[in-house]
Amino acid sequence: MLEMSTAVHAQMVTHCWAGLPLEACGLLAGTGDSATACYPTANVAESALVYTVDPKGFLHADRDAEARGLTILGVFHSHTHTAAYPSPTDVAQAPDPDWHYVLVSLADPTPVVRSYRIASGNITEEPVVLVR
Amino acid sequence: MPVEVRIPTMLRSHVGGAATVAVEGTTVREIVDNLVTASPTLVGQIVTADGTLHKFVNVYVNDDDIRYLDKLDTKVGESDTVSILPAVAGGS
Repeated sequence: MLEMSTAVHAQMVTHCWAGLPLEACGLLAGTGDSATACYPTANVAESALVYTVDPKGFLHADRDAEARGLTILGVFHSHTHTAAYPSPTDVAQAPDPDWHYVLVSLADPTPVVRSYRIASGNITEEPVVLVR
Repeated sequence: MPVEVRIPTMLRSHVGGAATVAVEGTTVREIVDNLVTASPTLVGQIVTADGTLHKFVNVYVNDDDIRYLDKLDTKVGESDTVSILPAVAGGS
């Protein structure tokens, strides 16, 4: 399960909409399985099909999260026209089996947010629980 | 004097769970070599067998990406911080 504050959810979805027509991405931080901070980053791939989290954005997010007593616990990115499900590329490049991988689909006017665990090539969906 | 090296979450199990490790070295290559000597399960995770930085790893000395400096031969001073971060990418 990924617990997510409504503020993080809003910030994440807003960043994804703002990134159109390209894929948008960012990092999530918090404690345990609770995301309490969102770090929107640049997609340095600048593509509607692939994303690469700006390494410097990751560096700054990592430092800020640590200063706040938080840990980077996952990454989010948008799929501009496809479903909120990890692609083969997402699976192949998932860096940390302990992370939460959040997909935001913008295929429809109402965004769809889903979260997954990706480990050893296996995809397991988990519920996203919003909290105030 | 050892240099502070920040370890990404996915590699912390190799260093006893530490988020930062003090490692001796005057270049990034020396520091990585000493880090791997102390934690042998890290072999191949940061620097590949051919001696180059793994393409899915980013290394910063303070705020500078070593790919834009002298890569693994980038000099490191005792007051510098080396940060190892994974490349995070994917696509639809």
